[in-house]
Amino acid sequence: MHAFYSQYRNQILFGLMAGLLILVAVIQSPSVALTILNLCLISAIMSLGVNIQWGYAGLFNVGVMGFAALGGLAGVLVSMPPVSEAWQAGGFGILLGLLITAGTVVACLMAWSSIKHLTRYRYWIIAGIIVLGYTLLRLFFDPGVDAIEAIDPSVTGYLGGLGLPILVAWPVGALFAAGVAFVIGKIALGLRSDYLAIATLGISEIIIFFIKNEEWLTRGVKNVNGLPRPVPYEIDLQQAQWFQEWALALGLPVDDASAIFVKICYALLFIAVIGVLLWLSETALKSPWGRMMRAIRDNETAAAAMGKDVTWQHLRVFILGSAVIGLAGAMLTTLDGQFTPVGYNPLRFTFLIWVMVIIGGSGNNWGAVLGGFFIWFFWIEAEPIGLWLIETLTAGMDPQSAVRAHLLEGAAHMRLMTVGLILLLTLRYAPEGLIPEKKRL
Amino acid sequence: MSFLLGEHMTGGYGAADILHDCSIGVEKGEIAVIVGPNGAGKSTAMKAVFGMLPLRKGRIVFDGSDVTALKPEERVVKGMGFVPQTHNVFTSMTVEENLEMGAFIRTDSISDSISQVYDLFPILKEKRKQPAGELSGGQRQQVAVGRALMTHPKVLMLDEPTAGVSPIVMDELFDRIIEIARLDVAILMVEQNAKQALEIADKGYVLVQGRNRFTDTGEALLANPEVRKAFLGG
Amino acid sequence: MVDVFNALTVLGNFLIIPGLTYGSQLALGALGVTLVYGVLRFSNFAHGETMAFGAMITILVTWGLQAASISIQPLPTALLAIPVGIVVTVVLTLLIDRFVYRYHRDRKANPVIFLIVSIGVMFFMGGLIRFIIGPGDQIFFDGTRFILKAREFKQMTGLDEGLSLRMTQAVTIITAIIIVAAMFWFLNHTRTGKSMRAYSDNENLALLSGINPDRVVMITWILVAALATIAGTLYGLDKSFKPFVYMQLLLPIFASAIVGGVGNPLGAIAGGYVIAFSELILTFAYKKIILYLGPETLELDSLVQILGTDYKIAVSFIILVIVLIIKPTGLFSGKTI
Ligand SMILES: Nc1ncnc2c1ncn2[C@@H]1O[C@H](COP(=O)(O)OP(=O)(O)OP(=O)(O)O)[C@@H](O)[C@H]1O
Ligand SMILES: [Mg+2]
Repeated sequence: MHAFYSQYRNQILFGLMAGLLILVAVIQSPSVALTILNLCLISAIMSLGVNIQWGYAGLFNVGVMGFAALGGLAGVLVSMPPVSEAWQAGGFGILLGLLITAGTVVACLMAWSSIKHLTRYRYWIIAGIIVLGYTLLRLFFDPGVDAIEAIDPSVTGYLGGLGLPILVAWPVGALFAAGVAFVIGKIALGLRSDYLAIATLGISEIIIFFIKNEEWLTRGVKNVNGLPRPVPYEIDLQQAQWFQEWALALGLPVDDASAIFVKICYALLFIAVIGVLLWLSETALKSPWGRMMRAIRDNETAAAAMGKDVTWQHLRVFILGSAVIGLAGAMLTTLDGQFTPVGYNPLRFTFLIWVMVIIGGSGNNWGAVLGGFFIWFFWIEAEPIGLWLIETLTAGMDPQSAVRAHLLEGAAHMRLMTVGLILLLTLRYAPEGLIPEKKRL
Repeated sequence: MSFLLGEHMTGGYGAADILHDCSIGVEKGEIAVIVGPNGAGKSTAMKAVFGMLPLRKGRIVFDGSDVTALKPEERVVKGMGFVPQTHNVFTSMTVEENLEMGAFIRTDSISDSISQVYDLFPILKEKRKQPAGELSGGQRQQVAVGRALMTHPKVLMLDEPTAGVSPIVMDELFDRIIEIARLDVAILMVEQNAKQALEIADKGYVLVQGRNRFTDTGEALLANPEVRKAFLGG
Repeated sequence: MVDVFNALTVLGNFLIIPGLTYGSQLALGALGVTLVYGVLRFSNFAHGETMAFGAMITILVTWGLQAASISIQPLPTALLAIPVGIVVTVVLTLLIDRFVYRYHRDRKANPVIFLIVSIGVMFFMGGLIRFIIGPGDQIFFDGTRFILKAREFKQMTGLDEGLSLRMTQAVTIITAIIIVAAMFWFLNHTRTGKSMRAYSDNENLALLSGINPDRVVMITWILVAALATIAGTLYGLDKSFKPFVYMQLLLPIFASAIVGGVGNPLGAIAGGYVIAFSELILTFAYKKIILYLGPETLELDSLVQILGTDYKIAVSFIILVIVLIIKPTGLFSGKTI
């Protein structure tokens, strides 16, 4: 029995997962199951990204949320139509502001390297440059921002995007995340693991603050709705002759059929992405580069002594993993059809992804994917399950009882507790996760 | 049977054994010295005797009872004291606090013991309000020894107490150690300065690669030409 | 001259008093984080939830007391309930240590593993709290609202600007001072406190001195739970209690601990005030001050803010990141507890 399990473990576990989804399709509805599946796929990609950093290289990135949000931002900036009035009103100020920012950064970097000998004054000089740059920035930037945000604030009030197909946003989201990861990696990767964790957590919060508050760019808390889709709209399907016939042939109401069809389209797109990513990650893991990464992870000092450039390799892995998270972030915004900055919170977008990786099996790509599926499924289904459980358990109680009402109300929060418990139990009894890392030489 | 005896000790930090059937013992009021090349396993042997290393074979007997299963802190209570080779003072705490911590297991008044240590090492009295981390190497070693003395141990184990101190301070320290031994304390000591250490030793052990190579009285080892040639620089 | 006093009053009312209050809350939180770090050697991501849990128990007991019409007017009833909150939180914390952390401690697990474990604890406690009291806002303040009202101050002094001092602010600041003093007395003058410092300084040598590590760990958790309950309750009294907010508070608390040099209690306290005042100074609208102090004819149409108020919390993150990059050992590095 045990030998059988070890041999076919992956098939059994993924089979089980599929079974759970089918069960949902039967008990709840196929549409619910597909919604869960789509988010499972996106979670799996995020967890793949984290696994690249943690599993391959032991980098502890707790800034997942920030990279996912950057990917989401790419969705807006690529696909939304540009708002030309806004550009006319404040485009100049914004561009000038960006130039000033770039200039300040360059000046700082130049000053930093050219006045090395003035150790005592170095910080003051840099601070001076920053204050000057910041004052200039505010001088030109603020009027531009005000002008933009004044333009039809309930509908636009921001610069809009490029009006390109949203699929373009996926690689762009990856690029955004990679760019920011480069900067973060440059400054923070030398830190000890727990400091790196806190630093990335802080940076991701800063990113979210920026996105929430810079309305000229993102509309902030007003959200950006109606992002274009890469798949057909339900309305169009429902009116198309061929689709009506097709739905009739399947014996489904046209409404349901169209919803399911759209979700399947998304699922196929996501599966394609995840397939490519998995193939790439597995190839990378087996390559000499993957072997070197593991060597670095397992013994940094020894690897450095053997002449490996640890810092550079860490930076590369950090950028790669973040890019994958950014990609997933863009995909998520695409699926939602809207960009909601307030929706990003570390519990859901950072820590939950971490739970996925740990439970799936750090260092194993298939494990990360399974963890993404499993935990997301659970995250969504815990509520109905918990509700059902409490209803059953308290069935004997007086239906008016306050205790029962309280328990039912609290059922929704059971999932936090249970996810915590699952994580703690995994760390204790199966620290390698559901699909442990393969021992390679 | 010796007052403190580590018998047939075999074990190491991981899979590989560092100690191989190594035996070390010391009597009350005696000084036993362990010498040997770097990496011979001297510190490891000390840790093994103090219960800080899992042993695969062998046992530790102290004051007539088998203590092999006891944790280090339990051995302290039994009357063993240990000054490790490195990190042997609480750097962020004052000299006096270091001594207080040395007496942590005691419930009686410790002021007598503190003044005894100050008598032994007068400089510490002067520096008693200073953090131990700010002291010189020799002063730190004195704090380290003083801390271990605070429990009035029946056996005092010292791992290279004279590491990094000047020859004058070294002689001083050796004198103090002899004084302590006169109080009927058993002293087990690892020393890099083999010649001087063996001169004051009642018993000497030469360890090589985790094995007993020579065991004899200090005098005899000093006289042994083979030992002289290989370990005492001629 | 009157203008100067007016300007000072504005500063006092909108910067100094709020800064001291928020700084005290952060300092107490950071002290807990620093103790865990100093003794158990990991960054405790569950500290925010511990604060929330302690505050929650205190709130439940406060409600009970209020229902029984027991009060300590003019002080808030919650102060009376805090001891119970502490006891329950201590019990929960010790249970968690017994069943969760101890296993990994015995295995000498890597600090990162501890960190991940604390994330698990964070989830668990977060769920428990929401399960018991719900995710919503709870207001449990009672007693006298103001010690000094702005209007009274104006009447007293004849100034145009008012200075007000709320009861919760005074309670927060005074409690923080008492707790911090007691804490330092404990660490520096009691045998147990010194053994904690010794253990934090050099674990191995502490063992060799016969210090029982299990006891040190237990005492640490007790102190941490007490500090967390007090900090959480004070914060809840001053603002309001909402479970989610405590998770957001985690980062400013980490920032305080790190700015002060993790593991260093004095630094944690200094760090708390540094963070609090930086947030306020950078987002303070200096318009009024400048108008009072500048020439009569001066007119300003901007608020003269360095950063928009929206960025208040972000300030602490930015400081955190900058300190981590430039001087990860913190501004007051050196000493551990
Ligand atoms: N904590 C440890 N973990 C693993 N191996 C260790 C550890 N400490 C020492 N060793 C190994 O055990 C062997 C013996 O070391 P030990 O410190 O006992 O030598 P020593 O005789 O005290 O040397 P020295 O004179 O330099 O102090 C060495 O090969 C060393 O690399
Ligand atoms: Mg040694």
